[in-house]
Amino acid sequence: MKVLVIAETKDSKIKKTSYELLSQAQNLGASDVTALLIGEGVSGLAADLGQYGASKVLVADHALLHHYTTEGYAHVVKQAIDSIQPELVLFAASSNGKDLAPRLAARLDVGLVSDALELSHEGGKFVAVRPMFAGKAMAKVSLAASPALVSMRPNVVAVKPADASRSAEVSALDLTLSDSDIRAKVTAVETSGGDKIDVAEADIVVSGGRGLKAPENFKMIEELADVLGGAVGASRAVVDAGWRPHGEQVGQTGKTVSPSLYVACAISGAMQHLAGMSSSKNIIAINTDAEAPIFKVASYGMVADVFEVLPELTEKLKAAKG
Amino acid sequence: MDIIVCVKQVPDTTTVIQIDPSGKDIVRDGITNIVSPYDEFAIEEALNLSNGGKVTVLTVGPDSAKEALRSALAMGADEAVHVITESAMALDSLATAKLIAKAVEGRAYDMILMGRQAIDDDAMQMGSLVAELLNIPQISTVIKLEVDGNKVKANRTIEGAQQVVEAELPILLTAQKGLNTPRYPSMKGILKAKKKPVEDIQAADLGVDTAAKVVIESLTLPPARPAGKIVASVDELVKALTEELKVV
Ligand SMILES: Cc1cc2nc3c(=O)[nH]c(=O)nc-3n(C[C@H](O)[C@H](O)[C@H](O)COP(=O)(O)OP(=O)(O)OC[C@H]3O[C@@H](n4cnc5c(N)ncnc54)[C@H](O)[C@@H]3O)c2cc1C
Ligand SMILES: Nc1ncnc2c1ncn2[C@@H]1O[C@H](COP(=O)(O)O)[C@@H](O)[C@H]1O
Repeated sequence: MKVLVIAETKDSKIKKTSYELLSQAQNLGASDVTALLIGEGVSGLAADLGQYGASKVLVADHALLHHYTTEGYAHVVKQAIDSIQPELVLFAASSNGKDLAPRLAARLDVGLVSDALELSHEGGKFVAVRPMFAGKAMAKVSLAASPALVSMRPNVVAVKPADASRSAEVSALDLTLSDSDIRAKVTAVETSGGDKIDVAEADIVVSGGRGLKAPENFKMIEELADVLGGAVGASRAVVDAGWRPHGEQVGQTGKTVSPSLYVACAISGAMQHLAGMSSSKNIIAINTDAEAPIFKVASYGMVADVFEVLPELTEKLKAAKG
Repeated sequence: MDIIVCVKQVPDTTTVIQIDPSGKDIVRDGITNIVSPYDEFAIEEALNLSNGGKVTVLTVGPDSAKEALRSALAMGADEAVHVITESAMALDSLATAKLIAKAVEGRAYDMILMGRQAIDDDAMQMGSLVAELLNIPQISTVIKLEVDGNKVKANRTIEGAQQVVEAELPILLTAQKGLNTPRYPSMKGILKAKKKPVEDIQAADLGVDTAAKVVIESLTLPPARPAGKIVASVDELVKALTEELKVV
């Protein structure tokens, strides 16, 4: 089976989601896995992709690809698909992946499954499981390889360890790209959280809700997130109150997260909040109300006051880390 | 400026989902439907930007979806187009996109607005699909928007940052939460909506190949989470984190 993996980079590094896609391709038993590396000055990252399972790396290095743009990247991916003729194209279900993949589905007139949690190949078809209705139902869907396009939710595929003895055959994609191919141009990028990892891609998320009572009390959430090496999330109640930025909202009208650990502090666990986080592998809930619905999904629950628990927990974890 | 807003009717966010006997759809009887929340941001933005131009709302969906169009008209949209299908889940994203593109063809528009995601299929595909089919540029998950003449400048949310994207009309944009605060329809608006024109089009009459590329084999409820453990002290939590979950 021939698979094309669309790799993503950030700050001159390959994103973890790209390794997840390479591992997914290997899980499918693909013998021929090409990673497409797009950007400006990214060639140096090709070897890395080889160690994580790419048999070939196709590099599209161009000044016009410095920023992600829908049309620029769609143009490149279309060229790569034409030259490789894969049966499957894997994207990360990231902001850019979800923007890009459907543009190609329409261009190629093929099916796309977005935000897949599982992917297999059965009887000549690709079969994926994806959440619908905010995770309140799971859909098993099939699509033919013509090629099949699939975007995988971050954090659901375990990354196979890198193998330093492996190397990929690296070549440059023969690009034909001009400025006029990109009608919507990126003129600036405004970073909000510095180099902080986004809540949607973090492996550990510590979230706070209305029970924190005031924005300055999120300091306790930030400090716990820091010791755990995680990202800060929030309920809609605190985002709407202006305590936290929109980008941190978890839930049906915020971000969907599947970290290995989600810590919900003073969050009641309304249906719309659960929609965004109930696929987390482990959930810790701290709430004064023993009846709060958040405890129904919690792996560990503590009926207690966050103002007492959080400072102590952070201190003790710091001590445990040594 | 003439704007087309695509809206979708979806089950209310508090709906308890049950699977119907076909195993391929949810039980629709007795559920409350709403306009998908992100589409409300799209409608609000259109009403603010149109400045005397025409705001047309368009949906592809079953008979019941007309309620979503009426809600949008009550908010202030001028007219509506209903592409009527058999059921809410009858078509996949690409087939729906082809119907939208075909229904839009021949209508004058400067901008098409959609929600970033419909909260039933959670596909996040429609904006890119329709923009490609119409061969116009797109900016998705827009949280800030300025239009000056035919120039568009938008902030698009990505992980940990915002891209500032500039383009020209005509363009397709999808709305992210935070773009604006949608208005509630006024009593007067609701009454006026009843008299506004709604064009009905049977999906089959559009002559579009709607064969599914992505087939739903089955819908199931997610597996229940294993029962959790209630801990009584911070020390137990620390132990869980360090020894059981091994995250520290
Ligand atoms: C269309 C729609 C979309 C929505 N989308 C989202 C979404 O994406 N994300 C989202 O989160 N919500 C969403 N909501 C809102 C949701 O319904 C809830 O209102 C919201 O999640 C509540 O936030 P909260 O848990 O912080 O606040 P509350 O429900 O007020 O809960 C606060 C909790 O803190 C506890 N508490 C209080 N003091 C303490 C203390 N000292 N120590 C410990 N615990 C304490 C209380 O017992 C309570 O359980 C949406 C709603 C609608 C209608
Ligand atoms: N059946 C439909 N009719 C009209 N607009 C739709 C339909 N489905 C999706 N959309 C629009 O596309 C956006 C994204 O939907 P989706 O790709 O399904 O997540 C929605 O917020 C709507 O604006």
